[in-house]
Amino acid sequence: MTNLSKEENMRKLFSAMTAVVVLSLLAAACAPQPAPTVAPKVIETVVVTVEVPGETVITKPEAYGTILARVRERGKVVCGVHTELLGFGYLDANGRNIGFDIDLCRAVAAAVLGDPEAIETVPITAADRGPVLQTGEVDMVTRNMTWTSKRDAEWGNFTWIMFYDGQGFLVGKDSGIQTLQDMDGASVCVTSGTTTEKNLASAFADAGLTYEAVIFEKTSEVYSAYEEGRCDVATSDKSQLAAVRAGFAAPADHVILDLTISKEPLTPAVPTGDDQWFDIVKVVMWALINAEEYGVTSANVEEMKGSADAGVRTLLGVEGDWGYTTLGLDADALAKAITAVGNYGEIYDRYFGPEGIAFTFDRGLNELWSNGGMIYAPPIK
Amino acid sequence: MVTTEHLRERIPFWRDERVLRAAAQIISALVIIGFIYWMVVNFFEITQQRGMSLSYGFLKEPAGFPIAESYVPYDPTMSFGRAFLVGLINTLLVSVFGIVFSTLLGFVVGLARLSSNWLVSRIALAFIEFHRNIPLLVLLFLWYFGIFTRLPRVKESITLPGPIYINQRGLYLAWPRLTESGSIFLISVVIGVILAVTAWIVLRRIREVRGRETYFGWVSLGILILMPAIGWFGSGGAPLWVDVPVLQGFNFKGGLRLTPEFAALLVGLTTYTAAFIAEVVRAGIQAVQKGQVEAARAVGLRNNQVLGLIVIPQALRVVIPPLISQYLNLTKNSSLALTIGFQELFAVGKIAINQAGRAVPVFLMVMATYLALSLFTSLVLNIYNRRVQFIER
Repeated sequence: MTNLSKEENMRKLFSAMTAVVVLSLLAAACAPQPAPTVAPKVIETVVVTVEVPGETVITKPEAYGTILARVRERGKVVCGVHTELLGFGYLDANGRNIGFDIDLCRAVAAAVLGDPEAIETVPITAADRGPVLQTGEVDMVTRNMTWTSKRDAEWGNFTWIMFYDGQGFLVGKDSGIQTLQDMDGASVCVTSGTTTEKNLASAFADAGLTYEAVIFEKTSEVYSAYEEGRCDVATSDKSQLAAVRAGFAAPADHVILDLTISKEPLTPAVPTGDDQWFDIVKVVMWALINAEEYGVTSANVEEMKGSADAGVRTLLGVEGDWGYTTLGLDADALAKAITAVGNYGEIYDRYFGPEGIAFTFDRGLNELWSNGGMIYAPPIK
Repeated sequence: MVTTEHLRERIPFWRDERVLRAAAQIISALVIIGFIYWMVVNFFEITQQRGMSLSYGFLKEPAGFPIAESYVPYDPTMSFGRAFLVGLINTLLVSVFGIVFSTLLGFVVGLARLSSNWLVSRIALAFIEFHRNIPLLVLLFLWYFGIFTRLPRVKESITLPGPIYINQRGLYLAWPRLTESGSIFLISVVIGVILAVTAWIVLRRIREVRGRETYFGWVSLGILILMPAIGWFGSGGAPLWVDVPVLQGFNFKGGLRLTPEFAALLVGLTTYTAAFIAEVVRAGIQAVQKGQVEAARAVGLRNNQVLGLIVIPQALRVVIPPLISQYLNLTKNSSLALTIGFQELFAVGKIAINQAGRAVPVFLMVMATYLALSLFTSLVLNIYNRRVQFIER
């Protein structure tokens, strides 16, 4: 009897071992391959007699063009966004993700793929913004992100400032707080992993004041704690404060102080390495701003294609080359973007204008440079 | 006649079990090692390709972010390394208190579940089922946003004699603190405790061995009172001063403070883990043979003696290994603290990633720390486990 059971055991053991070996081989075979390296393409341009002076040798570094190729193959632009910030990135009554930042993403999709709905929005927290760019998980991050030197160095390429904001404080109307000094010893609610946190610490340290920090990971928790009274002050970018205040039970009981303690230029960003994609997103942002300067709106794009102004005709792709050949886009890519989401002013007013669906926020620094603000883009030509 | 010659035929190596066994082991070992090697090489290649640095030099840079609660001095100008230490201490604090309280509560609930009193056992059942079936995150939110932040505002605090103040920003108690001369007192207290415990153990052993009364209880108590008293007078009579919380401006200052974040985390973790521990304890007690209980009763032991001397020591054999798992779960579950505003190790890690930009080294560090904590806990408890096992013939 013992001999037989021993044989049985050996057979079982042997088949178990074979199974392990086979599974290991399968696992090794099915595991993701390392990213294929793209061989650099060297294109030589021969000197043309009069029009183009000099020799131009264009060497595209590694990764140039990979994101555009990936987007085209996928058929969608993947954007890292906010889903809980009224006005910038939030869910409407049907659960659709809309907002100022989402519209920028849609503009890029319209320019690159011809369809503003060809986007995939990935909700991310403030803490994930850097990592998703570093890993290249998303094609761009449009999520209320401040452009700083460190982030530019480490996270990715920041394209163009689309919203000039500053850090402010939200306090109760009857708390009697009016200046920074009044906040000595107060409890301050803030979101973790943001520049807001650091600015708060340094502002108080510089003024020689103390405070009690109450730090949460998610924006919504910060404001529900503030509304409950867990803290006396909530701090963030003023636009965000205006957004959340509109959602409070009693918005009139809260006031945003005039005090601004930092510069917060909110900028969409793309992963490093691919200059072509970087240029594409930048030029789409510039187009939206230039469109407002020229008076091109989503309604009159077709009409403006016949404009007397050569700048407008180049912008809309009727004549000239605004760089679309090198960028791999269609001539009317920018026209499609403007038709899909409107010009900068239209996008702004859609959410923050007097009839905005989110809340009203004075354009202030976000006016065009010709109207005294800071919204300025290089010419499209 | 049977000869043994035919048994000495050479078995071809591809049917020889010993060879096959060895070959299978070697092949699968090579495959697994190859797989691991490939994963590690791939990891380093990708991080280099994407420019994600793996150095730990950033630990010396100033952190720049505040941490709500720290039990060592910390301010935003201190280094990231310091911030991690604060986070680690917070994790340890929550884990240690959580383990202690959840064990106590878990045993109580487990025993209540087995009670012959219908109401008591049903209440215990309700407690267990509620806490086992709700995700921990939801439970934490319930405690924090549903209960602790809904306490009265600071200006309308509940005041108890002490003075003790309870409001939505925390529980504030008057607390003794050491003065300059207080260190002598502290040392004498520590010495007193050590001597008292040693006396207890030694004198009890002597009583067992020699059989004569040594009054070990009284002696230990005496030492416990005498040593600090010596320290008190030795430090000049005033080693402590009482820190009383006082309302200044927006918040109370002074005294000992228990924040709602810490409280919600501790209560949530404790009740959640206690529910699981209660079931483990119930399993352990039910695993003790009924004959043991009957024999104990026949010998004349009272109910609590049966429980304490006969049932629980035997139940511990079954209870300790799953209990170790529950403790490890509690330690790791404390990482949910970041959702309710308590900065423990994981939360500090996430903030550091955002502020320093080094996702991979930070996560490796956090993982390694949790691994070290878990291994340490299970090591200590496994030693205890071995002592509790029966040595059966």
